[in-house]
Amino acid sequence: MALNVTDLRVYYRTLRGEVKALDGVTFSVADGEIMGLAGESGSGKSTLAKSLIRLDGRMRHAGGTVELDGREMPLSDDRGMDRFRFREVSLIPQYSMSALNPTRKIGKMVGELLESRGERPDRAELERRLELVGLSGDVLDRYPIELSGGMKQRVVMVVSTLLNPSLLIADEVTSALDVSSQKAVATTLLGFRDRGLVTSMMVVTHDIALVYQIADTIMVMYAGRLAEKAPADVLVTAPRHPYTAQLISALPEVGVRHEDRRLTGIPGSPPSLLKPPEGCRFRDRCPLAFDRCAEQPPFAEVAPGHFVACWKAE
Amino acid sequence: MRRYFGRKLLIYGLTFFVAVTINWMIPRFMPGDPVQSMLSRANVAQPAAVEAMRAHYTAMFGFDLPLWQQYLNFWGSLLKGDLGISIWLFPTPVSDVIIRAVPYTLGLLIPSILLSWFAGNRFGAFAARRKWLDNTVLPVGYVLTATPYMWLAILLAWALGIVAGVFPVAGAYGFDLRPSLSWEFLGSLAQHWFLPFASLFLVAFGGWAIGMRNMIIYELEADYVDYLRALGAPARLVRRYAFRNAILPQVTGLALQLGVLVAGALVTEIVFSYPGLGHLILQAIQNQDFFLLQGTFLFIVIGVLIANFVIDIAYVLVDPRTRTGMGGAA
Repeated sequence: MALNVTDLRVYYRTLRGEVKALDGVTFSVADGEIMGLAGESGSGKSTLAKSLIRLDGRMRHAGGTVELDGREMPLSDDRGMDRFRFREVSLIPQYSMSALNPTRKIGKMVGELLESRGERPDRAELERRLELVGLSGDVLDRYPIELSGGMKQRVVMVVSTLLNPSLLIADEVTSALDVSSQKAVATTLLGFRDRGLVTSMMVVTHDIALVYQIADTIMVMYAGRLAEKAPADVLVTAPRHPYTAQLISALPEVGVRHEDRRLTGIPGSPPSLLKPPEGCRFRDRCPLAFDRCAEQPPFAEVAPGHFVACWKAE
Repeated sequence: MRRYFGRKLLIYGLTFFVAVTINWMIPRFMPGDPVQSMLSRANVAQPAAVEAMRAHYTAMFGFDLPLWQQYLNFWGSLLKGDLGISIWLFPTPVSDVIIRAVPYTLGLLIPSILLSWFAGNRFGAFAARRKWLDNTVLPVGYVLTATPYMWLAILLAWALGIVAGVFPVAGAYGFDLRPSLSWEFLGSLAQHWFLPFASLFLVAFGGWAIGMRNMIIYELEADYVDYLRALGAPARLVRRYAFRNAILPQVTGLALQLGVLVAGALVTEIVFSYPGLGHLILQAIQNQDFFLLQGTFLFIVIGVLIANFVIDIAYVLVDPRTRTGMGGAA
């Protein structure tokens, strides 16, 4: 098991109290698994991604443990986490376009970063990795402004995976791209795993259609909790959680004329996470809700590899 | 690269021409007649002698020629390095008067500008990371920067010079001394230099520190810093990058401040009766000394232009983004 997350809670400190953005999530990611992490904004997916690598100043690790390759990660200890960062767990950020220091040549910056982590920069290896994503070695002698947005993104992908991390977190990496670049990025991510440069991967996105193409499994979050995790094709074709089902039916399908069949949305909006309601958080918007939903349903395995947090799923 | 500097030099040349022309015009549009004031200073009673002297002085300074001729002659002699003769210190050539004053102004300005810039940036970057410093020392910086300069200077002169009696408040050296290379003279020079220097330093220091603190905080919030931290880069590397990027606007600020500080030194030199260029400007205006005023302004214009040119070059060295911009096709 590459990654084991147990009852992880991460809260945001605000003036009005703590926002329970991540409220007890338990799941694991296997070696070699590419897991898509989907959900609407505010569902806690980015919070989950961030807390696995670096909590920012407003976030508080309120409980739960994270184990990577059998070693527990000290989430709230910024110094202690440095041992894991880059080597064990690495990040491709949402903001690849501005992730590189504008006043340093790329090669020099990478060299300084590696040296500061006690690694020896290896230019030949760096150039080989750049070639894998279709860049020539001379981008190392350029400044970030001399590169196009797509080139910068590929440079960042190479830098992030340079030390062959065990877990790679890709945070909304395709959100700002056009469809052809999205496809290229998705293929590159797949390539990293297939060549063994990274062991497993968590791809955070709100685009289920895209993540479906590369992910082995997809996990859906809702209001700070897990709704469902299943192999990608199972989740898309036979979702068990009513939220997942509605989310998938809200996606347009190729070949369907929407004059005939209108796309359905999900009525209502997610609850406030400042004082989240008891029981199932989807209850108010759920067409299947019944009395028992006042009690929080467990994230239970209903079929091999298929976990659902819903009383009606069994 | 050559095109970039060629263009820059052209702009500087044009600025120089316009500035010098305006310098020539300003004294001539001032009310009053310098020859008249020289005559009254000479205190001659006979009307015939007065008339003869007036004719002599007018011809000597070239005031009998039409204005356009005066203007051309001015450029002609300027290019030969001749700035004319001072009216206030007649018959000393203007260039001699300026050369005597320049060491005092430069000795005051260069250390105070550069030291306050250097120390202010260091301190601001340091304060950005220490909450207690941020809350205690920086407010003092705000007060210093907001204080009208001459008020601060007078306050310093009063407190340290008159009440405490530690420093002298006027002149560049003791009135009983003649310039020489003795320890006594140098000591007196340093003692007289300290107060004007400290007043200039303090005011500029606060401004630089505040600017740098804000820039560092902004840089530490930038995406590239977040990325470096996510990859476990040590704080030392992050701080080095942030400092280097935050210093860029401060370099521009230094260039802008250089021009302003020449005017700032004018007030300093007046408050502390320091015999530099600012002091000369005041005397030249009071005595309607056209040539001296032109000469000092010319010196200031050249100073500001050179400072800006140096900063332009420095910018090319520290910020790669200007380098790619000037190549034309990158």
